Amino acid sequence: MSPLQICLIISTLLFCIGLVSALTRSNAIMVLLGIELMLNAANINFIAFWRYGPQPEAGMGVIFVLFSIAVAAAEAAVGLALVIAIYRHRKSVRLQDAVQLKG
Amino acid sequence: MTLSAQFLWLIPALPLAAAGIGALTPRSGRKTAAGAAILSLLGAFVLSCFALNGALADPTMHATYNFNWFDLGATSLRLGFLLDPLTAFMCVMVTFVGLLIFIFSTGYMKEDANSTRFFCFLSLFAAAMLGLLVANSLLLLFICWELVGLASYLLIGFWFHKPSAAAAAKKAFITTRIGDLGLLLGILWLQHAGGTLLFYDGGNGALESSVLASLAGQTVAGGLALSTAIGLLIFCGAIGKSGQFPLHVWLPDAMEGPTPVSALIHAATMVAAGVFLIARVFPLMSADLALTTVPVHALTVVAFIGAITALLGASIAVAQNDIKRILAFSTVSQLGYMMLAIGVGSWVAAIFHLLTHAFFKALLFLGAGSVIHAAHHEQDIRSLGGLRGPMRVTFATFAVGMMALAGVPFLFSGFWSKEAILHAAHLWDVSHLPFYIGLVAVVLTAFYSTRLVAETFFGRPRSPAAEHAHENSAAMTGPLVLLAVCAVLLGFIGTPAFPWLQAKLLGQTEIHGHSLFDGAGLMITSIVLVALGIGAGWAIYGRRPRANATARDPLEARAPRLFAALSNRLGFDEFYASTVFRLNDGLAIVSDRLDRHVWDGAVRFLALLGVFTGQVNRDTDEQGLNAGFTAASEKLRDAGKFYSQRQSGEAHGYLRTLAFGFVIVLLLVILGGAR
Repeated sequence: MSPLQICLIISTLLFCIGLVSALTRSNAIMVLLGIELMLNAANINFIAFWRYGPQPEAGMGVIFVLFSIAVAAAEAAVGLALVIAIYRHRKSVRLQDAVQLKG
Repeated sequence: MTLSAQFLWLIPALPLAAAGIGALTPRSGRKTAAGAAILSLLGAFVLSCFALNGALADPTMHATYNFNWFDLGATSLRLGFLLDPLTAFMCVMVTFVGLLIFIFSTGYMKEDANSTRFFCFLSLFAAAMLGLLVANSLLLLFICWELVGLASYLLIGFWFHKPSAAAAAKKAFITTRIGDLGLLLGILWLQHAGGTLLFYDGGNGALESSVLASLAGQTVAGGLALSTAIGLLIFCGAIGKSGQFPLHVWLPDAMEGPTPVSALIHAATMVAAGVFLIARVFPLMSADLALTTVPVHALTVVAFIGAITALLGASIAVAQNDIKRILAFSTVSQLGYMMLAIGVGSWVAAIFHLLTHAFFKALLFLGAGSVIHAAHHEQDIRSLGGLRGPMRVTFATFAVGMMALAGVPFLFSGFWSKEAILHAAHLWDVSHLPFYIGLVAVVLTAFYSTRLVAETFFGRPRSPAAEHAHENSAAMTGPLVLLAVCAVLLGFIGTPAFPWLQAKLLGQTEIHGHSLFDGAGLMITSIVLVALGIGAGWAIYGRRPRANATARDPLEARAPRLFAALSNRLGFDEFYASTVFRLNDGLAIVSDRLDRHVWDGAVRFLALLGVFTGQVNRDTDEQGLNAGFTAASEKLRDAGKFYSQRQSGEAHGYLRTLAFGFVIVLLLVILGGAR
């Protein structure tokens, strides 16, 4: 197996773990964690395709991933703030308890 | 056996692996976590000894192993490992003291349900600290520096269910972060101006003559040399980490953590990282010394900050009552001494004091831990007393540590290293003020350490907890004895007659000792001062022991205002609360007002505009266009109803739909578009 394939398999595994965690956990923080895992799986793909792709010298992959990490950090900050706000409101971080926003 | 620079990464890697094992061990497996931590540190200690062996074979060499981390366009970021006597001595000290403290912790944390987590954090700390020591790049050093800060935060807040511990952890983290901002700026500036962050790189490193000459040759704002500016920014990081004035406020509060943590991190190793950093970049700090036109030299600032810190810490320690806080302020003061030594140009004296201090301060903290453990977490020296009888080993070793701290002549290591610092300060030609401040701090140090021992171990027990105290298990007393032996013996590797350590650190192959009588005047002065301090301490606290836990302190009776100011730590916390915090609160209020009134007003105005256009639209609509749309709107409303039922409000439903859609897109791509 080429290193690229190994990277892709790892990122696929990471993505699946994240997806399962996001879909099955009822704790909002665990769902956020799952989403972060999926984002990081995408980051691994970026790096892998850059590193083993046609132009490994130009820093595109790294820069892309740095942006992605910054976005992920901002997303985590906003997400956790929302979780804290929900917790203050309903004394629970279970997603099933926060269903007021419906049509 | 020797260890080459190429394999130096093994030293931090071992504890890092132990931290990984600790993180994966379930809560019940504390023996696994503790065993992994102790074994890994033992391995690191052996490797460090090999490294020291290699470094001492050729002390003039800076053996490096550099590698490329990644390239960004034309710039490449390189990291590396460095092996020289400074690194090797520090590694041996950290691993040895760390090992003893790990062993002590197995006894101290026996009853704690979370000791698996504790050993995981301790190993993480050891890994980060060792990584910091072996780094040959300011960037790698900075990464480990921050990891050390993280581990310190986690360990101070180890008992996070106590609000005071959680607050102390936050305070430590944020206060050191202020200094780290300066360090980061210094790193960025150095990369920009010098083009490299490697310390030694075969002539092109940031600490080698060609880069230093170019840095010292440029001037920046205010006539400062560029190297001075960068050096002072780097020194900011050291001020934060090493608890120097004015960022020392976090260190005493950090004593909320478990006592072994205080011993390892906040006395022996982490706080010394700042001193190590400045000693490491000493060529950069001293690059401006040859210039006569600059307004200030970087090292002058270091010397004065160090002297102020030494005096401040020692005087506040006199009026504290918590056994760990006394030791904490004593650490602040001793770190000030080390900075003072670097400032006056003798970084080897600073490292000598760092090494001896690490041993005797770890000994004192572990002794305090032993007392606290035996007295059921009673930390107030007013409520202790009379522990000399029931806790013989602890008393004997604590007394050795105290005498080393006070600088009792000839036999104890602290005397020789403090003497080296005072000697260097005496020879400094810029100003004699730091030297005199250092002499005052000598008296105060001897005084408060005598007070500590007299109050804790002599007299009668003043609380039920102290009455029922008994000696601890061998896991706790064993490390005490070993540390006490080191606290005595370590002084003899750097006496003026045979300065082996200094010669090796400076890379000299021959050792030029001189007679003990060369600096006899200075030595006699400091012996007299130490005797004065101990005598005063014994006269006040030893001869007539405190009658009960609530009796007033003799000093408090004599100078109540001064004592109150000192025991209130000279009001630094209140000062910061009334300035920095209030400024922060003010900014928050201003932003809040801006948000509520200015931005909100703009949004309201836009909304009004929207309402107005809506009104106009409705009028035209109702008057003109109402006819044919009723049927269409019925349909739209039905569709809306349908979709609004899909919007159930459950986040999982949305996520599931997203995932389902993703799978369909994936299938479409795989089946259709992949060719």
